[in-house]
Amino acid sequence: MNLEILFKPKTMAVIGVSLTNERHPANVIYNKNNLRLQAKVFPVNDRGGILQGERVYSNILEVPEKIDLAVIATRAESIPTLVTECIQARVGGAMVISGGFAETGRGDLQDRLVSIAKDADFPFIGPNCLGIFAPPYIDTFFIPSERIVRPEKGGVALVSQSGGILVDHMIKLAEEGVGLSTAVSIGNKAFIRELELLHYFAHDHETKVIAFYIEGFREKEGREFVLDAGKCPKPVVVLKAGKTSSGVRAVTSHTASIAGDYEVFSSVLAQYGVVEAKDEFELIPFCEALSCYQRPIEGRIGIITGSGGHGAIAVDTCVSHGLSVPTLSEQGQNEMKDKVSPRLQSIASFLNPIDLTGSAMDEDFVLATRFLSKHREVDCLLILLLPYLPGITTDLGARLSQIYRQENKPMIAYIPHVEKFRMFVEGFQLNEIPVAHSIEEAVHMAEALRRNQPC
Amino acid sequence: MLTEEMKEILAASKEIGWVLEPWAKRLFLLAGMDIPRFRWANQIDEALRFGEEIGYPVVAKVVSPKVIHKSDRNGVEVGIENEKKLSEIFERFSQIEGFTGMLVEEMISGVELIIGAKIDFQFGPVILFGLGGIWAEIYRDVTLRMSPLVEKDIPSMIRCLKAHQLLEGSRGTEPVHFEKLKKLLLTFSDLIMDLESLIESIDLNPVICSSTRCVVADARIMLRK
Repeated sequence: MNLEILFKPKTMAVIGVSLTNERHPANVIYNKNNLRLQAKVFPVNDRGGILQGERVYSNILEVPEKIDLAVIATRAESIPTLVTECIQARVGGAMVISGGFAETGRGDLQDRLVSIAKDADFPFIGPNCLGIFAPPYIDTFFIPSERIVRPEKGGVALVSQSGGILVDHMIKLAEEGVGLSTAVSIGNKAFIRELELLHYFAHDHETKVIAFYIEGFREKEGREFVLDAGKCPKPVVVLKAGKTSSGVRAVTSHTASIAGDYEVFSSVLAQYGVVEAKDEFELIPFCEALSCYQRPIEGRIGIITGSGGHGAIAVDTCVSHGLSVPTLSEQGQNEMKDKVSPRLQSIASFLNPIDLTGSAMDEDFVLATRFLSKHREVDCLLILLLPYLPGITTDLGARLSQIYRQENKPMIAYIPHVEKFRMFVEGFQLNEIPVAHSIEEAVHMAEALRRNQPC
Repeated sequence: MLTEEMKEILAASKEIGWVLEPWAKRLFLLAGMDIPRFRWANQIDEALRFGEEIGYPVVAKVVSPKVIHKSDRNGVEVGIENEKKLSEIFERFSQIEGFTGMLVEEMISGVELIIGAKIDFQFGPVILFGLGGIWAEIYRDVTLRMSPLVEKDIPSMIRCLKAHQLLEGSRGTEPVHFEKLKKLLLTFSDLIMDLESLIESIDLNPVICSSTRCVVADARIMLRK
């Protein structure tokens, strides 16, 4: 099944545009794609007519060009027929935006739709969804452009059952400066489901990390998903909703009682190296870290700090998350001591954390980072940067990122996220070094890198 | 692959919905797993003869299609030292609802583990492994894996337990027989793949592991309805 045609169509029909209601979802979709995006768009409405000076086709079969993608936003009852016509018109696939199917008790209507599509091998996303946000190609969200907070183009693909959660996470990605390749809302996921999208994004060259918001799988579908996610060369992150089971089921065995649905879900993800984010506060930083570093670490952390207190908190947090902070060998300590500014030699500490103190300058951070990047005892660096130290400049992020490009040892920075320090943050982020809001979050990011492998 | 005898055991248990312990043990024995020497005694004489044969102390458990959780009904006695005690217990067990005999078996000592299986709706057969005994549900020191397990899963499953030092040997205790534990888990996991369509869940609790053996000391198979 060719899903590329859904994500990067050259031609697109919007079925259901209204001639009278400019705020109709189909009109919002038609307008934004027509004005700002690459696909060539054709409006369709069974009454025909003229919309904004363009001809409205009364049927998909009348559209003079071959259509790659049909976006359908009409009454649910009409949709099986419209899809049948799309198939006759050799359309590549569809996005069914409309609700009114299984989620409102019309499972029968949904089943009819699926059976029509299956027989014709006609891929569709939805129903009851927002569809795909993939500028510059398409954007089928029926949210006016001015109301969308748009993340920059980047490496994260987001797939969500819930459209609302998806849009929220796009806002958070944008806030954090984390780039998005594509966002997909799959709604009732009647035909195209997580598994097909996992396969698609595994091969999509714009995507580096694939994140899912999942409410649940069908019978044994989870098994297929983790087996394939485990083989996927890109990191896969999952946020599971519905962790608590409502209603007490009678359980007659210890195993059934201990191994609840969520416990199994979570354990199996870890078994196959799928990174579980426990909540939205983990999902975004995990996506940020994994879009920078796709290879897993063992979790031996080297800490470079400008304050002893930050170093101590980082060590505690690392240890409580199962990461180690190995003490550097004496030889290593001496080597580094010789290299830093003479002012620091008697006051800094080189054990790990490497505490460069408040007198540190850019050059000292560069030296320490280069040293630990070559040092085999650690496999990931946490750089706790205090932008208020007088010797630190906004150049530091770019300089340290160069060391990553040379040595390939992942590094994660912590910088307090306030407007005043934004240039420090961007110095790292624009050079693809993840930056955390807190020491704890920086440690979480390192943990995500470690969990990106089978356990 | 399930043998004919295994299939017969499962078919015969369908009506009550779970497999009586002696039958379940027979099934695991047929699959190649280690179980204690046992006798399912319907008469007191038979129980006493077997006690004599294997030597005291012994373990006794009630067998009844009405009793799934034997401990809850005081249906388990361990460390029975002599004939007199065994007779008394037979007498007591025979008052329990649905009594269909008493299981007499050798006492095994070692670390008590739980090995379980469940057919999960989303993920199919999964294996649970952890600290066993009657407190299994209290401590919940367990790890879960999708079945079938492969060899390299086993060390990582052990490492996942908070109590992993109990298995690795600590404070002068000997480590459990790793190869036997591994073989038991892998054999169990393969068996579960064959039983997938027939069962709901299985508890092997406790599995008693020492430096010489890993023995399934109790077994419960809940069948799919």
